[in-house]
Amino acid sequence: MDARHTEDASKALTVLAAASSPRDTAAPGWAWRTAMEAVAIPVGAVVVSLVLFGVFCATQGANPLAVFQAIYKAAFGSWYSFQNTLVRAAPLMLTALCTALPARLGLIVIGNEGALVIGGVSAVAAGLAVASAPPVVAMAAMALAGMIGGGLWIAAVGWLHYRRTVNETISSLLMNYIAIALLNHLVNGPMRDPSSLNKPSSFPIKEENMLPTLGSSNIHFGLIFGIIACLIVWILMEHTTFGFKARIIGGNIRAARMAGLSVATIGLVTCFLAGASAGLAGMVEVAAVHGRANESLAAGYGYAGILVAFVARHRGLPVILTAVLLGGILASGGILQRQFKLPDATILVFQGLVFLVILFSDSLYGKFKVFKGAQA
Amino acid sequence: MINSNTESIGWWGVALGIAAGAVRGGTPFLLVSLGECLTEKSGKINLGLEGTLLMGAMTAYAISYKAGNPWAGVAAAAGAGALLGAIHALLVSRPKVNDIAAGIAMLIFGSGVAFYFGKPFIQPSAPQLAPIALGSWSTSQPVQAALKISPLFFLGVSMALFLNWFFRSTRWGMRVRAVGDAPAAARAMGISVGRTRFFSIVAGSALAGIGGAHLSLFYPGAWTEAISSGQGLMAVALVIFARWNPIHCLYASLVFGGAQAVGPALQAIGISSGYYLWNASPYILTLLVMILTCSPKRTLIGAPGALGSGA
Repeated sequence: MDARHTEDASKALTVLAAASSPRDTAAPGWAWRTAMEAVAIPVGAVVVSLVLFGVFCATQGANPLAVFQAIYKAAFGSWYSFQNTLVRAAPLMLTALCTALPARLGLIVIGNEGALVIGGVSAVAAGLAVASAPPVVAMAAMALAGMIGGGLWIAAVGWLHYRRTVNETISSLLMNYIAIALLNHLVNGPMRDPSSLNKPSSFPIKEENMLPTLGSSNIHFGLIFGIIACLIVWILMEHTTFGFKARIIGGNIRAARMAGLSVATIGLVTCFLAGASAGLAGMVEVAAVHGRANESLAAGYGYAGILVAFVARHRGLPVILTAVLLGGILASGGILQRQFKLPDATILVFQGLVFLVILFSDSLYGKFKVFKGAQA
Repeated sequence: MINSNTESIGWWGVALGIAAGAVRGGTPFLLVSLGECLTEKSGKINLGLEGTLLMGAMTAYAISYKAGNPWAGVAAAAGAGALLGAIHALLVSRPKVNDIAAGIAMLIFGSGVAFYFGKPFIQPSAPQLAPIALGSWSTSQPVQAALKISPLFFLGVSMALFLNWFFRSTRWGMRVRAVGDAPAAARAMGISVGRTRFFSIVAGSALAGIGGAHLSLFYPGAWTEAISSGQGLMAVALVIFARWNPIHCLYASLVFGGAQAVGPALQAIGISSGYYLWNASPYILTLLVMILTCSPKRTLIGAPGALGSGA
């Protein structure tokens, strides 16, 4: 690439940067009004879906207010239940990033469940291979293996997209099924612990190599991993040139190509990081919860992570909060069943409602005068 | 039933098992992919047909149980599918709503509602659709069993022929294609893009609902939460494979149904190694097909022009 070309490219980037925030300079009050809109619309959508869910509960003969109170108590009511919520939030944060990161590039990747499973299996394999190493080394090896396994899994999705224009949504979804079949094959065959009769499983990870809990709580280290990963993604995507380039690609891929951005490289790196997060979730699940690989790995955290990413509008920081909220809702499934005789699918209905209303609310941006400022 | 019979006739049993599986397991693929084909011809994608399939399976089983008539169940499944389709259609008609994301939401919502209302129907047994027996010419039991064919398969085949004629030779079919290929031009001709898409999505979802009825009322023939194994999702890939041609959807569905039956057919003659990997064969096949048919150098032949463009 000669000097002139580079100059052209940087000029194009400047133009793009200016174009991406046209009103920043035009109206002084615009920035905070947009920020207000970005908070008010998702919060409003969640409130609307709560009302709809309340109506649904009422038609099913359960008092909505009592249901909400029970969900609140089961999720955040006591230190014990809040710990339970946080334990569920940890994998949700990590799997949500698997959708959130590529979404900034304009890719809808929903291979979270598959990357989690592959990450979990890789972590177990690594944990068994270095069983005699010091615990810290073994844990690091498991985390690394989980991240590489999951990362390559989703990087393959990205590669197929950029190389062969294979639709990333469909391919990542198919790979979920392939990952689960692979898990079943491994725990029923090559990796099977003969003593696991009812639920075919791999050999267990050594007790001292399991991830420790934080202090005297039940919360394991996975929560720290989740929060750190979300913070890293937040900084990477919102405050670095890499993130800026990724957002340009997501905004207008042709303009990004014209500006000389290496679209495929940025895309592959982002997909790898996305898969690595979900793979780490798999490692956390085996190394802190199950202790071995079996079908419990595919417990739906991947699919719930898609919802978290969309509600958080694919931003790192809101993912943390959304994951805690959804973790609380998942934790309350049992109480709805025991106290109100509502089937466990109630939580799934609620998730679907939230998702539908959130998507509907996407079409409302820019429709409210309050958020536009005087000159708009 | 078929598995135990195949044992006696060895490798012929494997071939027969796969052929029977192609028709039996291919029927839901056929109905769902025709529904997806109709939807995509109008320029929108419905990834939520998996939820529609589950909803159809649950509704069909519940109504068949309550009314004592499986055909009432099939009709109700079509209605439930149309209802979910209407929600999807209203959502994707809004500006800035991505149809893929809407599909994922409908997938979660549809399966949630199906599992919620399906809970009481997991135990009781509902009247099943009577098979159409084409095997009376044969004295061999396995052949007779394999040729007991779902009436919904014939419905699917006639739908494939009908849709083929519909897209080629009818005014309404032309309108759907115009809306899917060039919405702006269609609008200029006075065709209502919104209404055409709404009806295409609703009708497509109704077909997917009937596909669900096949699952719960014929094969496997019971309502469980694990009854669908991704047929609704794979339909999207299958339609790409079939190049948006209803007749090719029929062939593709048979291939996918057959691929699903390979693992069980091999297990029936005692080959169980790699059983779980064989279960993944339809998904691997779909992925391979997509890798081979997609290319950055050309757009896909037969793809509706406005598909996935948000227009």
